[in-house]
Amino acid sequence: MNQPTPAQPSQVPVLALGDVLLVSLQGELHDGMAEQLQHDITNRIATSRVTGVVLDISGVDIVDSFLGRVLAEIASTAGLLAARTVLAGMRPAVAITLVELGLTLPGLVTALDVDRAMELLSQRGS
Amino acid sequence: MRVPEQDAAASAPQVVSAFLERRKEQIAQRWADAPLFRSVFTVSRDEAVEACKAVVEALSDVAVGGRLEDIAAPGFAPVRDQLGRMTQTRTRTGSTPAQIADEVAGLRVPAVDLLREEFADPATPQAQECVMALTLLLGTLRLVVMETALDANAELIERQRQQLLEVATPVIKLWEGTVAVPLIGTLDSARSQVVMESLLEAIVDQRARYAILDITGVPTVDSLVAQHLMKTVAAARLMGAECIVSGIRPAIAQTIVQLGIDLGSVLTRASLSDALAYALGKQGIEVSRADAGASAR
Repeated sequence: MNQPTPAQPSQVPVLALGDVLLVSLQGELHDGMAEQLQHDITNRIATSRVTGVVLDISGVDIVDSFLGRVLAEIASTAGLLAARTVLAGMRPAVAITLVELGLTLPGLVTALDVDRAMELLSQRGS
Repeated sequence: MRVPEQDAAASAPQVVSAFLERRKEQIAQRWADAPLFRSVFTVSRDEAVEACKAVVEALSDVAVGGRLEDIAAPGFAPVRDQLGRMTQTRTRTGSTPAQIADEVAGLRVPAVDLLREEFADPATPQAQECVMALTLLLGTLRLVVMETALDANAELIERQRQQLLEVATPVIKLWEGTVAVPLIGTLDSARSQVVMESLLEAIVDQRARYAILDITGVPTVDSLVAQHLMKTVAAARLMGAECIVSGIRPAIAQTIVQLGIDLGSVLTRASLSDALAYALGKQGIEVSRADAGASAR
């Protein structure tokens, strides 16, 4: 499989599993890192045959409005490039905070964990 | 220590304090027969006398400090617990706060009588002043008792509210991958928060794909309750579970429509069984009669 090397090393690892990109966010994510990640994912989708993106946020304690917007933007950009995005592994506390903030992320497909997200992508793909 | 009654230098509170200290035994003996102590310490009279002595000592302490009208005076601290237990006992046996206050007021007469006996002539200004000071002090005691009673009640209410929150929101596993919360009673923001937390925890624990919120037991749905429901549905969706609201009674459906609440983004079903059927159907699970296969054979 064609694996282009990213122009700049990203601080968040983006793994390619077949035709799915697995992005595992860990700990706190600075605004700059989030934007960098957005560029990386878009480039990877555009330059390789990616049909799905799984954003794993099980290691994230805090999702603020900025990160929420970045996640939604990643999903819509990926959608434009014909790749489906699934947000996986959100913690209960994070979900409650987002809902209290009024950020229900309506356009995003969600899954309980990475396993479920992969299942979901393979179902839709077939 | 003896303080001569006619000593003009001693102020009224100090005279009262000295009197209380000196006649502790007699006052305690008289108070022990008062309804307040007699009904609380039913087992032994000695216990009642001991309790009375503790209260008299506290009053004497407060009088020395001169803060006759201060219910926060440090002198009351040692007897607060005891007074709290006494009022609780009285409340349990069905006394109203007013009755308890009356009983505390009943302690005044025996004490004032004893104080009057101290003076050769109870009509002198100093004697009057001392009686006044003692009356004030006992009035403060009454307030302290009422305060402890109210505190105890507030604590009880808080504890029961907490228990209600914990008890009234169970999350039930209906099927593999399907959980349900039967909501009962009014849904306020504190309860909906607890419901949301326990539902999300259950979704993670059970790896549930479907969550059913059953509102059969919710008496009324207004815009606030609807908002709480929608928040819970949104949070469950963020966790990757689909949420179904079931048990919407006809009257509630009409209210929702009349209030113009938009539940369009929420999946609704009339009953819990309909919701379960939907969840099972979506998971490709079919439930059929056991004898259906037999009769076909």
